[in-house]
Amino acid sequence: MQIIRSPKVYDVCIVGSGAGGGTVAKVLTEAGADVVMVESGPMWNEATDSAMLEWNYESPTRGWSSEKPFGAFDGCIGGWDIGGEPYTVGTGAWRWFRARMLGGRTHHWGRISLRFGPDDFRRKSIDGLGEDWPITYDDIRPYYDKVDQFVGVFGTNHASETGLHNEPDGIFLPPPKPRAHELLIKKACDGLHIPVVPSRLSILTRPLNGRAACHYCGQCGRGCATHSNFSSVSVMLPPALASGKLTIIPNAMAREVTTGADGLATGVSYVNKADRTEHQVRARIVVLAASCCESARLLLNSKSTRFPDGLANSSGVVGHYLTDSTGLSVSGIIPALMETPRYNADGVGGMHLYVPWWGDNKALGFPRGYHIELGGGFGMPGYGFGGGIQNYPYSRGGGYGADLKAEYRRYYGASVSFSGRGEQVAREDCYCEIDPNVVDEWGIPVLRFHHTWSDHERLQAKHMQETFRSIIDAMGGTPTSTMPGPEADYGLAAGGVIIHEAGAVRMGSDPKTSVLNAHSQAHDVKNVFVADGGPFASQADKNITWTIMALAWRASEYMTDERRKGNL
Amino acid sequence: MTDIKRRQMLQMLGAVPAVAAFTWTREEAVAAAEQAGEARRQAAASNQPYTPRFFTAHEMATITALADLILPKDDRSVSASETGTTEFIDYLISEQTDRQTAIRGGLAWLDAECLGRFNKAFVDCSDAERRAVADDIAWPKRARPEMSQGVRFFNTMRDLVATGFWSSREGVADLGYMGNRMTVWNGAPENVLQKLGVSYD
Repeated sequence: MQIIRSPKVYDVCIVGSGAGGGTVAKVLTEAGADVVMVESGPMWNEATDSAMLEWNYESPTRGWSSEKPFGAFDGCIGGWDIGGEPYTVGTGAWRWFRARMLGGRTHHWGRISLRFGPDDFRRKSIDGLGEDWPITYDDIRPYYDKVDQFVGVFGTNHASETGLHNEPDGIFLPPPKPRAHELLIKKACDGLHIPVVPSRLSILTRPLNGRAACHYCGQCGRGCATHSNFSSVSVMLPPALASGKLTIIPNAMAREVTTGADGLATGVSYVNKADRTEHQVRARIVVLAASCCESARLLLNSKSTRFPDGLANSSGVVGHYLTDSTGLSVSGIIPALMETPRYNADGVGGMHLYVPWWGDNKALGFPRGYHIELGGGFGMPGYGFGGGIQNYPYSRGGGYGADLKAEYRRYYGASVSFSGRGEQVAREDCYCEIDPNVVDEWGIPVLRFHHTWSDHERLQAKHMQETFRSIIDAMGGTPTSTMPGPEADYGLAAGGVIIHEAGAVRMGSDPKTSVLNAHSQAHDVKNVFVADGGPFASQADKNITWTIMALAWRASEYMTDERRKGNL
Repeated sequence: MTDIKRRQMLQMLGAVPAVAAFTWTREEAVAAAEQAGEARRQAAASNQPYTPRFFTAHEMATITALADLILPKDDRSVSASETGTTEFIDYLISEQTDRQTAIRGGLAWLDAECLGRFNKAFVDCSDAERRAVADDIAWPKRARPEMSQGVRFFNTMRDLVATGFWSSREGVADLGYMGNRMTVWNGAPENVLQKLGVSYD
């Protein structure tokens, strides 16, 4: 048994093929770089592998899956539990979702594509908590523009109309008209002075850059065979491959970043999962885009005499300031929606309207906000349909027979849901580290997580609960659950459940308190970059993917410039 | 050879380029989805009769009787067992191993209750006898405390039968779900907006 070394030295090796890795591959190959991409899962392509337009009755389990947490037809291979790839938890609770496939976690998300706003890069200056970013909104704005124009996102500019200055304008395709129940939610929210505006999703409502417009089957989560929504495979990788400059190595589980005598990275070692052989691929620049925790794990596992605490970790900050979005949901039954005439309410694969954060935190007793994702309508019946009907508000309380059958029909389309997704304040004591005792099946030491919520998040969750219940009340409905109390963190999901983790390899101006500089470049090792959620100095009340891609695009242009100048 | 057929052949041969070297048009995607659906339907139709994976023949018969008690035929649609509900429950529970004991045990509880009352198993009971037992366990709030295990079992069966029936082709049609197809989105129709008292203006 021996290590198989690639004879070729690539310009760049990217670990991971998702939002960050895909963006770096596109920008760098178009700039002429020779790029190799190491991906831990199999090749995958929406055009041939998607379960678009299949019916739940075509599945013997009606769509339930023992392996895929989001169902048998879901387009994402992966989950919180992956055979042979354990992780451990020390303090608190944490769930670690991983995708193992080409395109990574761009196959799992609601395509909610929100820019961070000007305040989101300087929260410490505003409320004294956490840390400011080393960049401002103006630094990243041109890259958000590029992402908007290349990937495509629908929405509206409403900052001047709503006064929500931290919800920046973008370059939007026209939004789809709201669904009927969304209009009903908006009507109730108008009375409560809660803004309901068109959502911002990376789904094409017009053809763009050779991709067809959405056909409104509502099943974005299965992967879109016409490439009408965003995934790295549909959007970022095709131009990179078309350049002839991208080599993809699938089923390659990265073990560590290799380094030379000069302290610079020389490439990446990996296990070929298909035959368990050990390989090394060499490159002049290494870009980690493996997801924030996986990238932190790679750095921490890249130990040497020169870097005893792991690569790029002289600060000891790698793994720390790990955050996830806060999250909880409340559903309600709305009598006004019962017996609504049926129509095809699928629309795009996600909400047409949403609620950006509208509150004034100075007046609220908790420092950071959240947005609200709206659910409801006539969804495709599948596994779990009508579950627990005996507990539904306004129901007869169980039973059987023809009356029960009629009751299910009455409830169809009569529920709405509100999901809050908010900002956690980043803390040093929320972190991942290498577990000294456990390895995965490839012999790679695994992560041990420590994550807890503070009152900043608990009080925000309380506000979510009260708000969602007040909206349901204003709609004349009844929530399907009672409000959890402080003993249950007001219903907050455990860290990692919302799958928005960021931080752990954060950027900053001071090499003593951060891993990366403002260009996502390691302070300690100039030819190592991170291009996933890792560089985030803070979360926001927004999904992180659009910022991952804008940062990755910006870092890629910086790499190109530095190469031209001879600095890399 | 049409492009779609070529692609399907390439796919069967495992030779499709790994990343989108070609982009599907809407028409191609519709045609491919229809062909794939037809192929699946033909494969399903040519299958042998379903062979239970977990439940015994007696248990399968009991589940069938329960399914049709819970969601019977009415003027809009067939009964639950006519939509593959029994087979769905067997297949699912064969995979959800952590639920096997509770459901097998629940079926045994039901038979024990019927034997005690009527000296016969549930499937051998008359319709009135079955309803007499169901009435004691189908209404959680009014059920007597000593029936709690039966109530829990019936809640489970009601949920499983609901998935089995409503996610079937017949259930989808009964509910009037109109999606999972390629369409053009122009918003909700006027009669829906009127019913809800909302508008696009």
